[in-house]
Amino acid sequence: MKRSLFGRLWPNVTAVVLFIGFVFPVYWMFATAFKPTGDIISEDPVWFPVDVTFEHFRTATQADHFWTYVTNSVTVTVLAVVFSLIIALAGSFALARMRFKGRRGFIVGFMLAQMAPWEVMIIAIYMIVRDASMLNSLVPLTLFYTMMILPFTILTLRGFVAAVPKELEEAAMVDGCSRMTAFRRVILPLLAPGLMATSLFGFITAWNEFALVLVLNKDAEAKTLPLWLSSFQTQFGDDWGATMAASSLFALPILILFVFLQRRAVSGLTSGAVKG
Amino acid sequence: MTVQTERPPSGAADVLEAGDGGPGRLKPRAVSRAGALAPYLLLLPACAATVLLLGWPLLKDFLLSFQNLNMAQLIQHVTEWNGIDNYKETLTSEDFWRVTLRSILFTAVNVVLIMVLGTLVGLLLARLGKRMRFTLLIGLVLAWAMPIVAASTVYQWLFAQRFGVVNWVLDKLGWHSMADYSWTSSQMSTFFVITMLIVWMSIPFVAINLYAATTTIPVELYEAASLDGAGVWRSFTTVTLPFLRPFLYATTFLEIIWVFKAFAQVLLINNGGPDRLTEILPVYAYIEGIGNQHYGMGAAIAVLTILILLGLTAYYLRIVLKQEEDEL
Repeated sequence: MKRSLFGRLWPNVTAVVLFIGFVFPVYWMFATAFKPTGDIISEDPVWFPVDVTFEHFRTATQADHFWTYVTNSVTVTVLAVVFSLIIALAGSFALARMRFKGRRGFIVGFMLAQMAPWEVMIIAIYMIVRDASMLNSLVPLTLFYTMMILPFTILTLRGFVAAVPKELEEAAMVDGCSRMTAFRRVILPLLAPGLMATSLFGFITAWNEFALVLVLNKDAEAKTLPLWLSSFQTQFGDDWGATMAASSLFALPILILFVFLQRRAVSGLTSGAVKG
Repeated sequence: MTVQTERPPSGAADVLEAGDGGPGRLKPRAVSRAGALAPYLLLLPACAATVLLLGWPLLKDFLLSFQNLNMAQLIQHVTEWNGIDNYKETLTSEDFWRVTLRSILFTAVNVVLIMVLGTLVGLLLARLGKRMRFTLLIGLVLAWAMPIVAASTVYQWLFAQRFGVVNWVLDKLGWHSMADYSWTSSQMSTFFVITMLIVWMSIPFVAINLYAATTTIPVELYEAASLDGAGVWRSFTTVTLPFLRPFLYATTFLEIIWVFKAFAQVLLINNGGPDRLTEILPVYAYIEGIGNQHYGMGAAIAVLTILILLGLTAYYLRIVLKQEEDEL
């Protein structure tokens, strides 16, 4: 019997160890953000924040231009998601519901587009944007972020559109709706969960983007949150409390979204191998 | 980044596509001429965006790589073509080959670690009881969801020379020389931190999806295997592994792409340092091109980087493309 006890025990013990390993960096970020500086720079780490302080969050949010960066990030992300949803909705409807020459080619094309190595294309994009005198503007960022998430959005939405029973749409058209009305009245409401899930993953991508904004928007007022966070630590010396508070503020929306999305991520979207 | 694999070869991943109903089955029917144009009109915005925002930068990169474009030319807005000089210089420079080799080794080490550990964690998830599985899933999802920039900052703090937790733990474990160790002072230790970060961030994706794939293996297969007298190991190699193989191929391919262009992590942890010793190809292109303002050279390195990436993933790309053609 001893053996079976061991057999039951080891997976659980391993799981606990792994859980700690995966959670610890996230926990440490939040814990450090809430600890008074004295507890952060102590010879022995203080494992749990006993005296909770909000001082580091104050330092972070009162840093120069903090709210400008929040606004920039939100603007760019939301616009990119909305644009790509609109463009993708039209395209995915065609790909899911219509037969036409070159359909296969379009799908393969979007699949390849999705693997575009954006990090490697930043020099070319820098030159294009510079020639258009648009450096330090949110417009090119929005456009390129739209493109970054577009292929994924199209391919995922195509699956969701295809999953809406065709008979519903036909029934609406028999009842005298035009194809457009049928789409708006019948398909769109049924697509809502799909739109939500897809847009949230687009949101995560745009919110996290770093390489492009690094080369395009160097001006203090044109940065987005990831770029600000990357320079925060240098600016504030080794103020780890404030740095971790800034990281927490930046990561929190994504962590919340992701935990809510996780079921969808596993059940529906795994075809769309998604990564934040 | 988000990347999507549409249908890996066959098997497990097909079942993963619960939300993807696949191409709708349509019967051919008479359509008017306007109707025949409709799909193209609907796809027009997407295609226009792709050509303008993706095609044009790619072409631009290619064009720039044949230009002598440095600080001076940039300011004066002149275009000086210099043929294949940039490529000649890049391909004959020792640096480029050293960085290329480093990138490939770096990618190989990371991808092997991610795939092996990720698979093990995924199989563990399948074995756990409900409550433990849920707990571990929460941990994995949190690590998965951490934004790269935030995660990199946290790792810098974990591995900080003074007051960093890692050094404290190593010191307490008896490795006293690590008490004030500077992880960013040498090439290998910097790579160690970067690898820890990337592996930590990437395992959840592999593990969670692999677990999802194992849940789709029909129980009958295991029953049949045990009727045939197969033990645990044997039913693993004859049932589980073949079933997961397409999924494993697809994931390995995605991880190669992601790790190969791990630009942000490398740049954030130590800026490619110390002494430019941890630069991988995308970072090298960035530092040469934008940092040192040899834009033409940087573009040439970028083109070569894309070619190398294509080479590394060619085998899988071919399978995917062929697959699509057979299926649609």
